[in-house]
Amino acid sequence: MLVLPLLAFILITFVVPIGQMLQRSFYNDGFSAHMPGISQWFAENPRGSEPNDAAWAALADDLLASAEARTIGVVGTRINYDVPGTRSLFTSTGRKVRKGIEPPYREALLEIDEDWGDPRIWSAMRDASRPVTSNFYLAAVDRTRAEDGSIEQVAPRQRIYVMLFMRTFWLSALITVLTFVLGFPVAHLLATLPMRKSNLLMILVLLPFWTSLLVRTTSWMVLLQQQGVINDILVWLGVIGGGQRLQMIYNQTGTIIAMTHILLPFMILPLYSVMRTINPSYVRAARSLGATSWTAFRRIYFPQTLPGLGAGALLVFILAVGYYITPALVGGSSGQLISNMIALHMTDTLNWSMAAALAALLLGSVLVLYWLYDKLVGVDNLKLG
Amino acid sequence: MKRTLALTTALGLAAMPAFADVNLLSWGGAYGNSHVEAYVKPFEAETGIKVNVADADNPATPIKAMVEAGNVTTDVASVEYADAVRLCDEGLLELIDASGLAAAEDGTAAAEDFIEGAITDCFVGTDVYSMVLAYDDSKFPDAKPSTPADFFDLEAFPGKRTMRKGAKFNLELALMADGVPAGEVYDLLETEEGVDQAFAKLDTIKDDVIWWEAGAQPPQLLADGEVTMAFAFNGRIFNAAQEEGKPFNIIWDGQIYEMEGWVIPKGAPNAEEALEFVSFSTAPAQQARAAEFISYGPPRRSAAALVGNIEGTEEPMGPHLPTTEENMTNALGSNLDFWVDHDAELNERFNSWLAS
Repeated sequence: MLVLPLLAFILITFVVPIGQMLQRSFYNDGFSAHMPGISQWFAENPRGSEPNDAAWAALADDLLASAEARTIGVVGTRINYDVPGTRSLFTSTGRKVRKGIEPPYREALLEIDEDWGDPRIWSAMRDASRPVTSNFYLAAVDRTRAEDGSIEQVAPRQRIYVMLFMRTFWLSALITVLTFVLGFPVAHLLATLPMRKSNLLMILVLLPFWTSLLVRTTSWMVLLQQQGVINDILVWLGVIGGGQRLQMIYNQTGTIIAMTHILLPFMILPLYSVMRTINPSYVRAARSLGATSWTAFRRIYFPQTLPGLGAGALLVFILAVGYYITPALVGGSSGQLISNMIALHMTDTLNWSMAAALAALLLGSVLVLYWLYDKLVGVDNLKLG
Repeated sequence: MKRTLALTTALGLAAMPAFADVNLLSWGGAYGNSHVEAYVKPFEAETGIKVNVADADNPATPIKAMVEAGNVTTDVASVEYADAVRLCDEGLLELIDASGLAAAEDGTAAAEDFIEGAITDCFVGTDVYSMVLAYDDSKFPDAKPSTPADFFDLEAFPGKRTMRKGAKFNLELALMADGVPAGEVYDLLETEEGVDQAFAKLDTIKDDVIWWEAGAQPPQLLADGEVTMAFAFNGRIFNAAQEEGKPFNIIWDGQIYEMEGWVIPKGAPNAEEALEFVSFSTAPAQQARAAEFISYGPPRRSAAALVGNIEGTEEPMGPHLPTTEENMTNALGSNLDFWVDHDAELNERFNSWLAS
C-alpha cells in the first residue's frame, strides 16, 4: 500500500510519457487523419494501381478541406519526412486550392504543380495513409521504401545513422574500459587505506561528481583547446613548437577524455563499496599457501570484485550510450553520437517520430546488451554496495 | 492528454493575474527587456491598457500546448519566423489583417514599408537578426577580410574558423563565397548540383573548422584565440565587442537575416486589444526605439532613420544593425520554405559529410 504513491508517480512521470513518445515512432496520423478521402482510396486499391479519376477527386477534396481547416501544414510535414522537399508542395497547393478548383482534378492539380504526377509522392502518400508505419524505423537504419514498396538503402552520402550507432557503441565500450583501467586502482587504494586518509581521498572523487556537468565539460575545453592550458605548458616546456599545437578537443579524442572523466565516479563508487567488503585474510591465505602476489590477485582478489565491476561497467556503458551534452560541446565533427541526432530531430527538424524511432532502437539495443550481460555474467551478481 | 496539457499550461501561467488586458509572452533576457522598454511601457502610458509580460524559453511551444488544450491565456507572443509559419499552417494562430497596422510617417502603407516577407497571414515582424562573419581585428594587422570568399581563403587569412554545426546558413554562405549572388542562392540550392557545389566549397576549409552548437560559443572561441574568424549571430558578436571591449569586427557582406515578430494565438481572450498592441508596437518609432536596446534591426524601412544611440552611450546604433542600408548590400533573407522542406534531408547529408 505504501508504495502506491511512488508507483503512481513513476507511472505518470516516467512510463506514460516515454510510452507516448515511443508510440510516435510507429504511429503518425498527420496524413491519414486530415486526408480521409484519399486514404480510403489507398485502402481500397492495392499498391501499383494507377491513380484514377476517383483518386484525383478525393485528393483535391481532401486538400481543399485540409487547407480550409489549416491542417495542410501537418499533412505536408508528414509526407516531407518520406520525400524531402514536398511540404511546400502541399502548403502552396493548399493556398491555390482555397481560391477554387474545378474538375478535371488531375489536370487542375498538375497545372498547379507538375510534381503531383511524381510516383514517389503517390507512394509516400500511400505509406502515410495508414497511421501505423515502419518508415521511421527504416529511416533510422538508413533504409527507405522504393516506389514499388520494396526496401532499399539510401544514397551513400545520406547514410549516417548506422555509422553513428556503431560509433556510439564502440566509444561507450572504450570509455567503459578506460574508466575501469583508471578507476580500479583508485577504488582499491580507497578501500585499503586507513579510514581517515581514505575519507579525504574519497572527497576528491566525490567533489567532481557533485560538480555540474557543464562546468566540468567547459573546464576540459579550457584545458585541452589549442590555445589552452596543456598546449601552453607543452609549448613553454619546448616539447612541441608553437606551430604544432595539438588538437585534443572538438574531435573524438576530446569526447573520450571528457566523458571518461565525467563517468569515472560511476565506476569507482560501486567498485569501492564491493572492495570494502572483501576480507583481506583471503589474499593473505593465498599468499601463505605459496601464491605469488599476481596469482593471488588474479585468482582470489579480482574475482571477488566482479559484482562491483559488473555494476560499474553497466552503469558507465548505459550512461555513455545516451550521453548528449558533452559530445555536443566537445565532439566536433568526429565525436558526434547518436544522441546528437536525436536532439536534432527533437528540436530542429521537429520530426519527433524519427527521434522516437532512433531512441527506441537505442533503448532496444541497450536492453539486448543487458540481456546478454545477464546470460554471461548474471544480473544477480550485480552489487552497488 | 488534453487535460494534462491544460493542467501544465495552467500551472505554467498561474503567475498571470486573471483580469489583465493584454497578456504578452516574450523571451526574457536582454531581448525581452527591449520589448518591455520600447513597447509595453509606452503602450500602457498611451492607451491605459495594462500589459502583463510573461517569459518562456520559446513562446511557440506553450502556444501549441494552449491552443490544442483549448485554454488560451496568452493574447500576443513573440516567436521566430519559422515557428510562426509552422503554427500558422497548423491553424493555431489568428489571422492578422495587415491593413490595420500603423502607416509610416510619410503615409506609406505598412504593407509597403515593411521589408519583404515581414508580414504574413498570421505574423508581423518586430526585428531582424542575422548570421554574420566576424573576425578578431588583432589577428589580421594588414589586410582585413571583407567578403564571404575571404572566410574560405585560408592562405590570405590564416587561422581556424568556427561555424554553426548544421546545414542551415552554411550552405548559403558557401555558395555566396563561390560568387553566387544572394538572389540566386536558394534557386541553386533547390538543385542537386547546387548542394554539391556548396559542400565542395565547405570541403575546402573543413579541416580548419570548429563547429559551434550554442550561440555563446563563437565569441568565446574568438576571445580564446582558438579561431580567427567566426560565422555567428550578430547580437552575440556585438555584445562581446560592445560590453567586453573585444576587438571583433563584423563583415556584413553575405549576412543571412531572419525575423522575429508577433503572433496572436487562436482563441486569444483579448484579441482586439492584442491587435492594438501589435499595431502600436510595430509603428516605426517604437521599432526604432527597440533597436536602441539590442542590435536587432527594425523590419520597416522608415524606422531605420529613427534609430538613435545605443542605450546608455553616445554611440549611434545604426551601423550595428543588420537592416541598415550599407549593411544590406549583399544580404540574403533566409528562405523558410526551403528549410522546412529540406531540413532533415540536408542535415542528414551534412552530418554524413562531417563524419566522412
